[in-house]
Amino acid sequence: MAVDNVDLTVEPGDVYGFLGPNGAGKTTTLRMLLGLIRPTAGGVRLFGRDPLLDGARALEGVAGFVEGPRFYPYLSGRKNLELLAAYDGLGAGRTEIDGTLELVELLDRAKDRVGGYSHGMRQRLGIAASLLRRPRLLLLDEPATGLDPAGMRDMRALVRRLADGGMTVVLSSHLMSEVEELCNRVAIISAGRIIRESSLRDLLATAAGSYRLETTDPVRARELCESLGVRVTGAGAGELSFAASPEEVARLTIALGKAEVGIYGLTAEGASLERLFLELTDAEPAVAA
Amino acid sequence: MTGVLVVYRWELRKLVRQKRAYLGLGAAVAVPIIFVVALSVQKGQPNDVAFGRYVRESGLAIPLVLLLFGSIWLFPLITALVAGDIIASEHHNGTMKTIFTRSLDRGQIFTGKAVTALTYAVAAAVAMGVTAVVAGTAKSGFNPLVSLSGTRVSAPRSLGLVAASFAVYLLPLAAIACFGLLLSALTRNSAAAVVGTLMYALLMQLIGILPGLGAVVPYLLTTQFQAWQGFLRVPVDWAPVVRAAWLTAAYALPPLFAAYLIFLRGDITGE
Repeated sequence: MAVDNVDLTVEPGDVYGFLGPNGAGKTTTLRMLLGLIRPTAGGVRLFGRDPLLDGARALEGVAGFVEGPRFYPYLSGRKNLELLAAYDGLGAGRTEIDGTLELVELLDRAKDRVGGYSHGMRQRLGIAASLLRRPRLLLLDEPATGLDPAGMRDMRALVRRLADGGMTVVLSSHLMSEVEELCNRVAIISAGRIIRESSLRDLLATAAGSYRLETTDPVRARELCESLGVRVTGAGAGELSFAASPEEVARLTIALGKAEVGIYGLTAEGASLERLFLELTDAEPAVAA
Repeated sequence: MTGVLVVYRWELRKLVRQKRAYLGLGAAVAVPIIFVVALSVQKGQPNDVAFGRYVRESGLAIPLVLLLFGSIWLFPLITALVAGDIIASEHHNGTMKTIFTRSLDRGQIFTGKAVTALTYAVAAAVAMGVTAVVAGTAKSGFNPLVSLSGTRVSAPRSLGLVAASFAVYLLPLAAIACFGLLLSALTRNSAAAVVGTLMYALLMQLIGILPGLGAVVPYLLTTQFQAWQGFLRVPVDWAPVVRAAWLTAAYALPPLFAAYLIFLRGDITGE
């Protein structure tokens, strides 16, 4: 089973990070939401509508792409958008299409065939194509994947601008930095199931309370941690990491002193989405793309 | 209906930007010209086919001879070029997911594509017919034809019969286009669909020449490519034309419906 009982609650104005390792079921979920694949069992609801029962009507107010946007390579960027605007029946004219192209900084390449576009340009054209639908909800599947650093920066800036303009965005990604920078809410999917959904702030708060201890005797220090009930999360040459409350840290340092274990350094580590993500997903087997 | 027209209009626009469209239409125009040039530089004529002996007496015999030659592989190939590609190319380009996430239903998109494939077959037949009439008339004159019943038919009436012949010829061509659509939807591979469609037409002809299968020959799809000869009899023999109409419907509708279902229900993954 690729995904099971996935329920995402996205509020208007959210930039919603949909996180998961490769094969966790992110793209499968988005494909089902867009009506591109049928679930083997059960159903899909988007704004209460079923894409498989309601057809194209289920996607009213929704736009986006999965696994990278695709276009007709022998048509220009503008012609591709004209075609898609016609398929939407929204009557987007030349002015609106050019305005959208300008927003994604492709107006000067509008007459060129898409076959000659770079990966980053196609990604941006994909967003332009989505915006032509005047969506309330924008679904983006790893929009920065394959982009060079400048392209990633531009893509994030574009998503940020759209979000600032009030658009609700669901952003599927496995780039933690991207999600931390852009999203206010996140869901983590692993092995086809949602294992955590909350605001980014709350999620990061659960990852707080981690420390790195550099010591003269890491073996003895580890024994003391365990005797005090402090959870050791990692160990290296002359150091170990642990998770603890401030009171536990105070007790540990006293115990280390009494045991004549020297402390070179004790550092409180910042909350990291990446670390939390790895902790949550490491044990889960991958089942589908 | 509006959605179908939108798709149809854009499918035509896409076609005029693709080389394969010009390849097929170019062949439809080139073959009559090559035939007339060959007729000009060589003696004799194709006496073993209907109207072959009259190609030097009336230019209007030339399009009819070409209809017979074209049914072997030329018209099936031209038809397959677009019918076999029109769905498969969307999968190849990965654009199926792009158009399926807009506001048109899959049924509207399929209908627009099917009508486009049929339009292309019509365009190829018209291109060949017009070119053959013009080139043939230039070579052998706008003269009366001798019908298959041995009577002379005036040139203007013969021209009308040639047009009607091409129209009837479109019936089996439409059935081939429907089969091409099915392979296009089923294989999602242009080359496989185009070659498969051509093989289908050739297989029908092969069955037609196998010994002991004479009883099925009148019901083969490829036999319907000769139904137009009913118009060239005096009086007109409607029997082959009527049989071509219902038989080609029988050959066309099942694959068309199957292609529609595949298009409607197919999952779009990994593109």
